[in-house]
Amino acid sequence: MKAAALRVVRASTWVRVCRLEDIPPLGARVVHREAGDIAVFRNAGNEVFALADRCPHKGGPLSQGIVHGNKVACPLHGWNIRLEDGRAVAPDEGCAATFPVRIESGEVFLQI
Amino acid sequence: MAGVRTLEELLKIAPDLYEIAVFGAEPHANYNRILLSPVLAGEMTIKDIMLNDVDWYARNNIRLMLGKKVVRIDRRARQVFAADGTAEDYDRLLLATGSNPFILPVPGKDLEGVLAYRDIQDTNAMIAASKKVRHAVVVGGGLLGLEAANGLKLRGMNVTVVHLMEWLMERQLDRTAAQLLQQSLEVKGLHFLLQKQTAEILGNAGGRVRGVRFKDGSEIAADLVVMAIGIRPNTELAESAGLYCNRGIVVNDTMQTYDPKIYAVGECAAHRGVAYGLVAPLFEMAKVCANHLAHFGIGRYQGSVSSTKLKVTGIDLFSAGDFAGGGGTEEIVLNDALGGVYKKIVLRDDRIVGTVLYGDTTDGSWYFQLLRDKQSVAGIRDQLMFGQNHLGNSGHQGQSRAVAMADTMEVCGCNGVCKGAIVKAIKERGLFTLDDVRKHTKASSSCGSCTGLVEQILASTVGGAYAPQLAATKPLCGCTDYTHEQVRKTIREQKLLSIPAVMKFLEWREPNGCASCRPALNYYLLCAWPHEVQDDPQSRFINERAHANIQKDGTFSVVPRMFGGITNADQLRRIADIVDKYQIPTVKVTGGQRIDLLGVKKEDLPKVWRDLDMPSGHAYAKALRTVKTCVGSEWCRFGVQDSTNMGIDLEKDLWRMYAPHKVKMAVSGCPRNCAESGVKDVGVIGVDSGWEIYVGGNGGIKTEVAQFLCKVKTREEVLEYAGAFLQLYREEARYLDRTVHYVKRVGLDEIKKRIVDDAANRKALYARLKHALEGVPDPWKERAAGEDRREFEALAV
Repeated sequence: MKAAALRVVRASTWVRVCRLEDIPPLGARVVHREAGDIAVFRNAGNEVFALADRCPHKGGPLSQGIVHGNKVACPLHGWNIRLEDGRAVAPDEGCAATFPVRIESGEVFLQI
Repeated sequence: MAGVRTLEELLKIAPDLYEIAVFGAEPHANYNRILLSPVLAGEMTIKDIMLNDVDWYARNNIRLMLGKKVVRIDRRARQVFAADGTAEDYDRLLLATGSNPFILPVPGKDLEGVLAYRDIQDTNAMIAASKKVRHAVVVGGGLLGLEAANGLKLRGMNVTVVHLMEWLMERQLDRTAAQLLQQSLEVKGLHFLLQKQTAEILGNAGGRVRGVRFKDGSEIAADLVVMAIGIRPNTELAESAGLYCNRGIVVNDTMQTYDPKIYAVGECAAHRGVAYGLVAPLFEMAKVCANHLAHFGIGRYQGSVSSTKLKVTGIDLFSAGDFAGGGGTEEIVLNDALGGVYKKIVLRDDRIVGTVLYGDTTDGSWYFQLLRDKQSVAGIRDQLMFGQNHLGNSGHQGQSRAVAMADTMEVCGCNGVCKGAIVKAIKERGLFTLDDVRKHTKASSSCGSCTGLVEQILASTVGGAYAPQLAATKPLCGCTDYTHEQVRKTIREQKLLSIPAVMKFLEWREPNGCASCRPALNYYLLCAWPHEVQDDPQSRFINERAHANIQKDGTFSVVPRMFGGITNADQLRRIADIVDKYQIPTVKVTGGQRIDLLGVKKEDLPKVWRDLDMPSGHAYAKALRTVKTCVGSEWCRFGVQDSTNMGIDLEKDLWRMYAPHKVKMAVSGCPRNCAESGVKDVGVIGVDSGWEIYVGGNGGIKTEVAQFLCKVKTREEVLEYAGAFLQLYREEARYLDRTVHYVKRVGLDEIKKRIVDDAANRKALYARLKHALEGVPDPWKERAAGEDRREFEALAV
């Protein structure tokens, strides 16, 4: 019998990334990071979402895709990924990691 | 089928609008009736042909009441009543009562062993009979009769088909094709009695059928008689409710009966005097009806031209439209009796109006598409009979027929999808349309060259249920029911100047559209109202937004413009320095006589452009790419025209021109044509006396030779004719159609009429193009100077 005890090595923190208006409506910006880029999206209703900038299909940079509704179409092969939970729209299957986002007086914060 | 199909369509577009209750007279959920023949023949089971099971209804919150036949409608109280007294209120009522088999009113029709061929019960009864008795007589040599006969034969019975007319399937086949069919079926062991009218069905003392007597007095022994003469729309319920019926429940173009709260779809409905018995029209009706029920109210059913395929394994037969010909029609016929191939195409005014194919039906769906799109075949008449000789990656030269393909053979080379995977998806997920297959399997969703093959697989898997989407009525995308043409017309007529304005005016279903419609709308707006419409970068594909070509690793490629393929030491030196400075991993000479710098980081793009100080090559855009040239008369000993300078002039005249798709051009200095003008959107070839202009060529997915437009004398004329043609393409082609698709759609004659014959129109077109391009800046120069900086900058944390 095996057991695994897991401990948090590094606590995630909230970091400020930009102002809301730095992201175009129905657009995205990208945050470069050692551990992999993060795409930060803004929908038509000024909500902001953050996903790992890697399409679950072939790793395409989602930040470069066309944002429509609460979805983004990957620029490489057109998979649609839901911004809220990072899941591919059926019948495609796969998931991009999501990151919590908070907007405070026009400033966008990511939890990473 | 039509009724539930309507509900499916309705749930797709307005899932929460109605509370739905479904009454079914039969004790089981709905199935694909078209596939009863394979069940009878033992090739499929009932389970295989179920479409929506009870779970489906539950999942969609539809109350399903099986075995409850509606017997009365109270239109005033808006209630329906089932035979057992169950009552249900309605706001809208959908009738899909189908049809009843037509039973000959002859003595003996009620004897035991006399069946119709219509539903699962009939099919099961026939299967049961085939195990007990030997002689079957099928009355009716139409589609259904022959499928029934074939099934019974395969189940070991001795089968005779009795037909009143001179030849089989006279509503779908001409005499020649019918005779070939009869021969093949005789080889399979079926017997035929033609021009025989049934007078009486004979019974034995036990009340069971023992034979059939004909009007001429002859008799034949029978233990089973199947009536497959035809169907009658089931209008009993509608008539009892006082709805107007005339050979079906009469409906208008939105599928409403004379009571606008009551709709009718499927075989029970009579639309413009026609009741349809085939699946494709039923699906079209379902779509329109759902659209109207969902309050969109823009879809209209305008009748169908339907096609027929016989589902008898080993027999290929296809028929569509007016195959009989006569009255101003012409026929192209291929008749190889020994090889068992017969093809007839009936034409009127250079358009296909009908076709009959026997033995080789590979091109049936292609002919049918041409027929339904009313596309001119003037230019391809001489090749028409040999088929669409390119069927995609695995189907070049038409050698590969979908049916004959092994399951392991690759169909879609882009996405690596083999036939077996497509067939499996179609069967397991109940797919009926090309779009569905694309979504679920990815086949044909990239370059599209295997579309014909996928359509064939779809057609051969679902049989008559396959309804190819009519290009002329195909919506721009899933967000709307309007076609490309309707959208463009509205943009012009209503002077709409932004994407939100278009979406609002045309009541787009998705608030900010999708990745398909937004780039199209952005282009249509800019094309219709140049200098007035503000470009929307967020509605452009990344390449056009970043003005560089995205690569698989997320880096970009940069291709500077070299007008006419001419460069110099200064440019080359700068390019070399930039490659060093920005550590660009790959430098490649392109097919369009330019240099490609691959692997540039997005953040470096504006700096690379600044250092290059060369114009954008638009190698990333749906725009003028390159004008390829040969060296021409300046250097070449064969050259008769200065092609290099002609190419430079054209490129300087047209660069920055956005279009529905990329545009490639070439100019050759003599008929040796070293610049390959024959495979370009516009190709120019210098001859001794001037320039020949060719249009609609393509060297990509599917090689297409450009067609001769005209010959002109001067440099100025080349610019004007080429520009006018491209403006026509810009104004009329559907987004993402290349010139070849556009030219094929409208026909070269029409283009000649408007460009070559009509000088005023040509000049006006060219003037509109010049106006559109006037003052348009070089996107690289702007961005090198700092415009749109945030597109290229990452966020710092």
